[in-house]
Amino acid sequence: MASIGLINYATFMGTMIGIYGVLALGLNIQWGVTGLFNAGIAGFFAVGAYLSALITASPSPERIMGWELPVAVGWLGAMAGAALIAWPIGRICLRFRSDYLAIATIGVAEVIRLVLRTEEGLSGGARGITGVPRPFGGLEYSLSQFAYFALVIAVLLVVYWALERQLAAPWGRMMKAIRDNEQAAAAMGKNVEKRRLEAFVLGAAVMGLAGALYVHFMRAITPEAIDPMIATFLVWIMLILGGSGNNRGAILGAIIVWIIWSMSEFITDQLPAEIATQAKYIRVFLIGLMLQLILRFRPEGLLPEESGQRTSPHLPPSR
Amino acid sequence: MMEFLNFYVVPGIVTGSIYALGAIGITLIFGILRFGHFAHGDLATSGAYLALGATALLGLTPWAALPVAMLLTALLAYGIHRLFYRHLESRPKILTVIASLGIGMMLRSVVQVVWGVDPLAYGSGIARAQAFGPLMLRPREIATLALTLALVATLLAFLRYSKWGKAMRAMSDNPDLARLCGVDNDGVTRLTWFIVGALAAASGFCLGINTELTTMMGWSAMLSMFAAAVLGGVGRVEGAVVGGLVIGLAEELSVLVVPSPYKSATAFVILLAILLLRPQGIFKGKVL
Repeated sequence: MASIGLINYATFMGTMIGIYGVLALGLNIQWGVTGLFNAGIAGFFAVGAYLSALITASPSPERIMGWELPVAVGWLGAMAGAALIAWPIGRICLRFRSDYLAIATIGVAEVIRLVLRTEEGLSGGARGITGVPRPFGGLEYSLSQFAYFALVIAVLLVVYWALERQLAAPWGRMMKAIRDNEQAAAAMGKNVEKRRLEAFVLGAAVMGLAGALYVHFMRAITPEAIDPMIATFLVWIMLILGGSGNNRGAILGAIIVWIIWSMSEFITDQLPAEIATQAKYIRVFLIGLMLQLILRFRPEGLLPEESGQRTSPHLPPSR
Repeated sequence: MMEFLNFYVVPGIVTGSIYALGAIGITLIFGILRFGHFAHGDLATSGAYLALGATALLGLTPWAALPVAMLLTALLAYGIHRLFYRHLESRPKILTVIASLGIGMMLRSVVQVVWGVDPLAYGSGIARAQAFGPLMLRPREIATLALTLALVATLLAFLRYSKWGKAMRAMSDNPDLARLCGVDNDGVTRLTWFIVGALAAASGFCLGINTELTTMMGWSAMLSMFAAAVLGGVGRVEGAVVGGLVIGLAEELSVLVVPSPYKSATAFVILLAILLLRPQGIFKGKVL
């Protein structure tokens, strides 16, 4: 019995790591490759989750949609929806330094949260959306968990493969050129703003896909399902620890950080109730501190970006 | 009409002056040190709770605890700079922005561990509004406005006339040129963090005394404060004040046209509009 519980737990962990790995890959397009600071990851994740849920779940008189379409359609819808929200934000903010994008993406995530909480006809309000179908959901519990885990890993690998191809293509070299020296790239005739917008929208679509993977795993979603700041922050640490600009680094970071994060939860759950609530905040403090230490002592991450000539793993001093 | 003034305009101006105090700090850091400081809201929260701690430990009244909190928060802000931001100075500014987002989380979680997550208040007394002709003002509202006015006037005079104030403006205009002219950039940086910390504490305190103390209040107010700083023009203190008042009023008035849950989205809409139409802001600030 114990071993089945352990296997189920490992499958759960693996699935979550896969989902966060997709998120970290999405952020890598934006930050690692293009140098864009998206502080609203959770917003794009939520849009993907809700859209995919609404497209695939059965209809309910209390809310819109519920089209019972195949899960694959839900995933595509999730990517399109997240991209559609990223586009205007990118259009407005990418002309400026990334600080503006950061505050705007925090704002987007906040507005998305407000909408999901307020518009009950859209999101089911605080009760959220339940009965979201899961691929292989009809199988026996452990088997279904494992099959979905395999599917998530397959999606992760496909995203990884697609991004690697994209980065090896001239597009990838151009993006890094823009990141490393914007003026020089512009002088070579590259349309800096347009390329940045492409990267921002593409990254957001990948984050939306991660949201869809999550909602079909949990089979339900509520506005409080994920803490927006903690989720966003975890993805940032995953990418920076793993190695900004390196897709394998992003996945490695997701594995390490998720294991540390859930192990620390495992430890705090053992504590007596009165300390346990405080321990939750101590965990948040410690991941904040972890980021400071990585930025100070290993800014290039565990798997630094591979590139021939570049000596500094980071952007040049900005304007 | 009276109802409109007392229920929308007065709260709007009070909220606006709280945002102004926060936005001044954001605009100073953005202008002088050249990065968006995302721990600013949580710095304000820390200041507010430090004032609460001072009332409890030293037995001070809330308003007497404010100077103590401002001093402590100034030291806290400088300490954060020394420990976490200074070694990133020579690196791309965006790394400091990322670090500040983490600092904000750290500050918030310290407050949550020490004071818990339930809302708290400085005092239990119910302040009755006094009538000034048709206007109804509570004492704490008058005090908030007076404090904002005094702090802004002092800061503007300091920036305009004192040697260090001129040095701050010089570094804001051009740090390299300022250094060549003998401005002590490290000294200016230190002074900036002291001023910013003290103002953040004042803004958090006013936020707490006009509503209640919650651990998320600073984080939630930060979007409005940033919008105010950008609206006024990055680096412009008077712009931050005007921007703060505009955002505060717009938020209070927004409930007349959109459902009240969307009040906090007002600042975001204004931020996007200003970035689209006039990114240098009302007072022609910097565009980074």
